[in-house]
Amino acid sequence: MEPFDTITGIAAPMLDANIGTDVIMPKQFLTGIDRKGLDRGVFYDQRFLPDGQKNPGFVLNEARYSNAKFLLTGPNFGCGSSREHAVWGLRQLGIRALIGTSFAGIFFDNCMRNGVLAATLEARELDQLSQVVVQNPGLPMTIDLPAQQISIEGHMNLSFEIDDLRKKTLMSGLDPIGATLQYKQDIIDFEDRHLQENPWLADQAEVSQRS
Amino acid sequence: MESKTLYDKLIDSHTVKTLDDDGHVLLYIDRHIVNEYTSPQAFSGLREQDRNVWRPSTTLAVVDHVNSTEPNRVDFSTQESGANQMRYLADNCEKFGIELFDLLDQRQGIEHVVAPEQGLVLPGMVIAAGDSHTTTYGALGAFGFGIGTSEIEHLLATQTLVYKRLKTMRVTIDGRLGFGVTSKDLIMTVIRKIGSSGATGFVMEFAGSTISDLSVEARMTICNMAVEAGARGAYMAPDDKVFEYLESKPRVPKGALWSKAVEKWRELRTDKGAEFDKEVELNASHIEPMVSWGISPDQADGISGIVPNAENNVTHPEKVAIEKAQKYMGLEAGTKFEDIPITHAFIGSCTNSRIEDLRQVAAVLKGRQVANDVRAIIVPGSSLVRQQADEEGLADIFKAAGFEWRQSGCSLCLAMNEDVLKPGERCASSTNRNFEGRQGAGARTHLMSPAMVAAAAITGRLTDVRKLVQGT
Ligand code: SF4
Repeated sequence: MEPFDTITGIAAPMLDANIGTDVIMPKQFLTGIDRKGLDRGVFYDQRFLPDGQKNPGFVLNEARYSNAKFLLTGPNFGCGSSREHAVWGLRQLGIRALIGTSFAGIFFDNCMRNGVLAATLEARELDQLSQVVVQNPGLPMTIDLPAQQISIEGHMNLSFEIDDLRKKTLMSGLDPIGATLQYKQDIIDFEDRHLQENPWLADQAEVSQRS
Repeated sequence: MESKTLYDKLIDSHTVKTLDDDGHVLLYIDRHIVNEYTSPQAFSGLREQDRNVWRPSTTLAVVDHVNSTEPNRVDFSTQESGANQMRYLADNCEKFGIELFDLLDQRQGIEHVVAPEQGLVLPGMVIAAGDSHTTTYGALGAFGFGIGTSEIEHLLATQTLVYKRLKTMRVTIDGRLGFGVTSKDLIMTVIRKIGSSGATGFVMEFAGSTISDLSVEARMTICNMAVEAGARGAYMAPDDKVFEYLESKPRVPKGALWSKAVEKWRELRTDKGAEFDKEVELNASHIEPMVSWGISPDQADGISGIVPNAENNVTHPEKVAIEKAQKYMGLEAGTKFEDIPITHAFIGSCTNSRIEDLRQVAAVLKGRQVANDVRAIIVPGSSLVRQQADEEGLADIFKAAGFEWRQSGCSLCLAMNEDVLKPGERCASSTNRNFEGRQGAGARTHLMSPAMVAAAAITGRLTDVRKLVQGT
């Protein structure tokens, strides 16, 4: 996972409410067994016309947003299906951060797992930010994760909240499974006690293969 | 002693280690269900890192999302990519020692129907699965939540997840449901009331006399759909109905172990005086059968209602959302719901495809005929539900009415197999999501209870099932 530190790029507004993972990554792109080629699927039904041509009316097809690294998102972005393909696709399309007022829970976690920052602002702040973005084509935005700052030079500077654990995970880009396995002995001890207290949870012929 | 919510008790009793002061814990998971479409990359991750599965016996794999629901299905899906996922799942289960209910297994079905049906979901368990509707298991007094593929890999390798404690919301529902009103109408009313992100960042506890009066299967519909309000988990304290429901299931503990377990499960409830971050109250006696008219599950209203007018009393974002929904759904403000014609009727999904749902459908369909220009489909929640419906004679009623009686799977709930609607087709559906394109690009979904779908299939338009049934 690519670490997230300070990133500068173009932001694109997608402020509709309730944009779900069904829309971010339509089902026809979910049939693979690897993560490849999902950039094509992102917002497919909006991005492309039925004949496969780019839909000129879709925001990410506008020249000014074509290299966007950030999306400004509406409430409840990423709601619905748990499909992580939505985040893989956004990441493959070059998106590194989403800035919105609220994100659906599973999607929010999936973002963190893939080096995509999902930052939450107050509605009023997001409003101001999107006005600046819309009124200043080509003006880049900078997200400084260590300082928890979003800025557009000469226009605004906002701070955002993120809990330490998520911040560290994003900044380090480290393998979370490896990190958890540091606590292997704690898990073993817990498990032994838990199965003793709740013997119906233990499988009789069980072979634990603890990694 | 400090009063605690059942949620806190479940999280506390599964905490391996507290990770920080922000509410993060390493959470032990008792049960894990995997399907063919969100798991492949997780297994590939394990293979690449040469990692084992920590405790394979806690995981069940089920094929449900991509498979065909052809009445006479014999083998893997005819779709090459779907077959690929099913083959890879079988491969992974073999390599890592995980139990698999494959396509032709008589226990195959939608994961959230199959796991309770087998008795693999027990009160007090913490359960995670790569599917958002894992919340369903809360109806049995377990705590279930959905995870993404990276988390599946983490869970397989460590039996744990890094979990952040959520805020709590209690929804207390009292009053008797009227004739023809179901738990689906109840949860759709809750979602309409609090909004599709009203429970984002929360878990929901459902309580009150209306919930106690419901059957266990009806309760599952509520916990299942709570995720459509944004809840990352929904649960109810287990009671005698739950223990009775479970006792006959194949995989539950037996004998002395069963009695010991039930004794402990009786303690699974929120303490008196425990505080919730939010309380919501609802009187169930006024609720009508609900239908959704828009492209988000909270865009719904009682069947006697009309498509709302964007100009009336709403904020700017709501106005935009209503206009967008009307455009996609091809509906004008002021249209009566009962005047909306349909092309399809679908009964299925983990929300509403259990045997009780099918009995309700049969009661509506008996002696009636599906309207001429409607294609009507029933996909049972599991192969065992299908078998039972055959044995009870329900299937004969469905077929006589003109419904297709298919094999189990997710089918038209998310349309990943060949069951897909065309642009502009309009479906009365017992499913849980009406997002744009959910049942096919450009397809239009109206969510409602299974009995309401049956009524719509018969008249060819959205219909108040109470009028249809009482009118005879
Ligand atoms: S039936 Fe629908 S909601 Fe349920 S698991 Fe399948 S696709 Fe998901």
